[in-house]
Amino acid sequence: MRYLIPLIAFIALGALLYSGIGKDPKILPSALLNQPAPDFELPLLRDETKRITKEDLLGQTYALNVWGSWCPACRLEHDFITALAENSGYAVYGLNWKDTRENSLRWLAQFGNPYKENLVDRVGKTAIDFGVYGAPETFIIDAKGIIRFKMVGPVTAINLQQEILPALKAAAEQP
Amino acid sequence: MIIRLFKLLCLCVFSASLFAIEPIVFVDEDEEKRFRELTAELRCLVCQNQNIADSNAGLAIDLKNISLEQIREGKTDAQIKDFLVQRYGDFVLYEPQFKSSTWLLWLGPFGVVLIGGIGIWLTIRKRAGNTESLIPDPDQEQLDKALENGDWE
Repeated sequence: MRYLIPLIAFIALGALLYSGIGKDPKILPSALLNQPAPDFELPLLRDETKRITKEDLLGQTYALNVWGSWCPACRLEHDFITALAENSGYAVYGLNWKDTRENSLRWLAQFGNPYKENLVDRVGKTAIDFGVYGAPETFIIDAKGIIRFKMVGPVTAINLQQEILPALKAAAEQP
Repeated sequence: MIIRLFKLLCLCVFSASLFAIEPIVFVDEDEEKRFRELTAELRCLVCQNQNIADSNAGLAIDLKNISLEQIREGKTDAQIKDFLVQRYGDFVLYEPQFKSSTWLLWLGPFGVVLIGGIGIWLTIRKRAGNTESLIPDPDQEQLDKALENGDWE
C-alpha cells in the first residue's frame, strides 16, 4: 500500500516517456490542414510569362510537391513522384522552391518531368504561405482548394501506398 | 606566374562575395531593437533549437525578411506572430499563447508543485501526530540507578 502511489506515478511517467519514443520531433503537423490553400499567383516554369493562380487549379484533387534542384531528398523521392503522376490518375503539380531557372530545367531534363505544371517560387513567399519549412513536402488539395493532407519529407514506396494514395482518394471523395 | 596569382586572387575575391551574408540595414535603433526582440521569440523550424534571430538557415532568413517587412508596414508584434502561427502553428513561438491546447503546458508545472506540496504537508502532519519517538525510551530503573550513583555524565 505504501508503495502504491509511487508505483502508479512511475508507471504513468514510464508510459508518457515511452509514447514519445520513435516520434520524429522534426515532423510538425500542418497548421493549414483542412483549411483553404493560401492564394497564390505564380509563373510557370515552362513559360514564365504565363501565370497560374489557385483558382485555375480548382475542380480537381491534386498533389502539390515542393521541390528544388538543390534538395537531395527530392531526388530520392523523384521515382515515386513519377509513379504517382503516371499511375494514380491524380494530377501532380510541382512548386519549384528557391531554385534557379537553369538548375531546375537541367534537373527535370536529367531525371524526367512528371509534373503537370511547375509553379515557380524563387523568393519563397508562397512556400511560407503554405507553411513549408523544408523540401520535399507534398500537399494534397481537394477540388474546393482545401488542404487535406501534408507529407513532410520524401515520398517513399511505403508512404505512397499507405498514406498518399489513401489521402488522395479521401480528398477526391470530399463532398 | 603573375597570371596564375591573378587568377587565384580573382577566385578568392569572387568566392568570398558568394558566401557573404548581407547585413540588414535598419532605419533606426528602435526598429533594430524591436526586430531583435521579435525574432528572438520565433523558433527556426529547420534547426528547431534555435530562434530565427540566431539562425542562418534559408527559411530563417526568409522569415526574418518577412518580419522586418511587416514591421515596416506598421504591423504590431502580435499581428506578425499571428501571421506565422497561421502558417506554422504554435510551434513557431517560443512562448506559446495560452489557449485550450496549451493550458496544460502553462499550468502543468504549477500543478506538479501543488501536488508535491500537498504530499509534503500530509507527510509532515502525519509525522507530527506520531508521538512514538524514534529513539527508544530509556529504562527508568537504569536512570534511577545512575542518579543514585551520581555518574550521570
